[in-house]
Amino acid sequence: MSDLDYTDTELMITRAALELRNDDTVLVGVGVPNLACNLAKRTHAPDLQMIYESGTVDSNPDALPLSIGDPVLATGARSIVPMYEGFSRYLQSGRIDVGFLGGAQIDKRGNINSTVIGDYDDPKVRLPGSGGACEISSNAHRTLIITPHQKRRFPEEVDFITSPGYVEGREEMGLRGGPEAVITDKAVMKFDDNGEMYVDTLHVGVTRDEVQEATGWEVQFADDVTETPTPDDEEIRLIREKLDPDGIYTGGGD
Amino acid sequence: MTKVTDLANAISGAVDDGDSVYLGGFTHLIPFAAGHEIIRQEYEDLHLMRATPDLVFDQMIAAGCASAVTFSWAGNPGVGSLRAFRRAVEDGVPNEITIDEYSHFGLVSRLFAGARDMPFVPLRSLVGSSLPEHNDSIRTVKNPFAPDEQVCVVPPLNPDVSIVRGQRASPEGDAHLWGITGDVVDAAFAADTVVLCVEEIVDTETLRSDPNRTEIPGTVVDYVVEAPYGSHPSYTQGYYGRDNAAYLEWDEMSKTHESTQEWLDEWVYGVEDRREYVEKLGAERLLDLEPTHDYAEPIDMGRYA
Repeated sequence: MSDLDYTDTELMITRAALELRNDDTVLVGVGVPNLACNLAKRTHAPDLQMIYESGTVDSNPDALPLSIGDPVLATGARSIVPMYEGFSRYLQSGRIDVGFLGGAQIDKRGNINSTVIGDYDDPKVRLPGSGGACEISSNAHRTLIITPHQKRRFPEEVDFITSPGYVEGREEMGLRGGPEAVITDKAVMKFDDNGEMYVDTLHVGVTRDEVQEATGWEVQFADDVTETPTPDDEEIRLIREKLDPDGIYTGGGD
Repeated sequence: MTKVTDLANAISGAVDDGDSVYLGGFTHLIPFAAGHEIIRQEYEDLHLMRATPDLVFDQMIAAGCASAVTFSWAGNPGVGSLRAFRRAVEDGVPNEITIDEYSHFGLVSRLFAGARDMPFVPLRSLVGSSLPEHNDSIRTVKNPFAPDEQVCVVPPLNPDVSIVRGQRASPEGDAHLWGITGDVVDAAFAADTVVLCVEEIVDTETLRSDPNRTEIPGTVVDYVVEAPYGSHPSYTQGYYGRDNAAYLEWDEMSKTHESTQEWLDEWVYGVEDRREYVEKLGAERLLDLEPTHDYAEPIDMGRYA
């Protein structure tokens, strides 16, 4: 355990990094997922291969990319492919082990909404939409979801399914994988055999009531809920000194 | 035969009111200069198309050029919302627009079909999402080889006009592209009319020395325009970097319809062409975006005579 004070975001980054294995190929997003992948690469998973929706394959960025199409992801990459080939040859063909997703709403079956709040034709809030999120949740072998834990983000059912989770008939539809873990600033959730989310570990100092308060349905807990592992000094040092030295994603706001 | 012309002439020749216009580029090679020229020429009722609408569509929507947008992710990359797009969708400001929405793979599959005259393209996603309920162009069919299986299909997309960028081109319109090519090549092959903008026009021999790098052949190109820095604030790999500060600034500047109009008055209507825009940006800002060199090793094509 770290003697340093770590932020909620730093905990989410280190916890997400733990989910990645050395031989994984991961479809990365900017921000927290990008930091988690780069942290894993510098610790337990040096051979982790990072692919971005923009079509850069096995990127090793010299600087923190601010967009998934940033030029630092192109220079020195293993390959760069057009969008259609990235989505078909790499993702649809089953060559992506892990995808990261976030969203405005996530429900208890792991469906994610990043399209609209309210009615589609008369939206309260128009969000950016799917991008590749629908494909990632449909074709990656495992999906990791990272989001702050707030009641409005965790309704019992999402307003719009942008990225299907454990929808009925998921397998029959030919969809691969499914959400594996939901990492928030309060807990790490996993999914049971019925495709329902349950709390696997609670972060240090967080109570069951606090998680229930921030969730829009009656939360299930694992029989043996444990404490989420905390970041160690080396991980915090890497994040602060190497991965996000300007604190763009990890500084403030916690 | 040379197809070289200036940007104002290319846009006025290629685009008519009411056209569907695809602007290619995924973060990289976004045709900002062409978008600004469309605004200056006061087009209306355009059906704008691109996977990632980005700031260039925010600016065109705010200027009243658009009546419809086909897209798959409408945000300010790395920053947040597209505010003018949201004002149009949520409040009809400055005018109502209809939206035609896909996932990324759904949209690029439509371009793939359009570029190859395929009747439709199947894909293993979109089923299980809410998108098909709201878009009649996303349908399911029975797999003819495994009738128990339902597969999502999308129809071809054939824009009236595609505007694309590359690093360099011959006067005939053969274009070298490197870095992230995104949706650019299929967008060019799918359209009736193609405007190609590049950082540099080079001689034909330079292009033909490396034919594998010629992603767009002149046979599909109608207009060739030399527009240095024409991607700014997007970037051109090897020439200049993405102006991330401009994307952050846009989030502030586009907060209201009025402040957005002030920006358009200054940076689009207030300059005659891209050259004036670049001069107004200033040398210091452009020098800050310069990468250091990192040349690829030359290849040997061999000569077999």
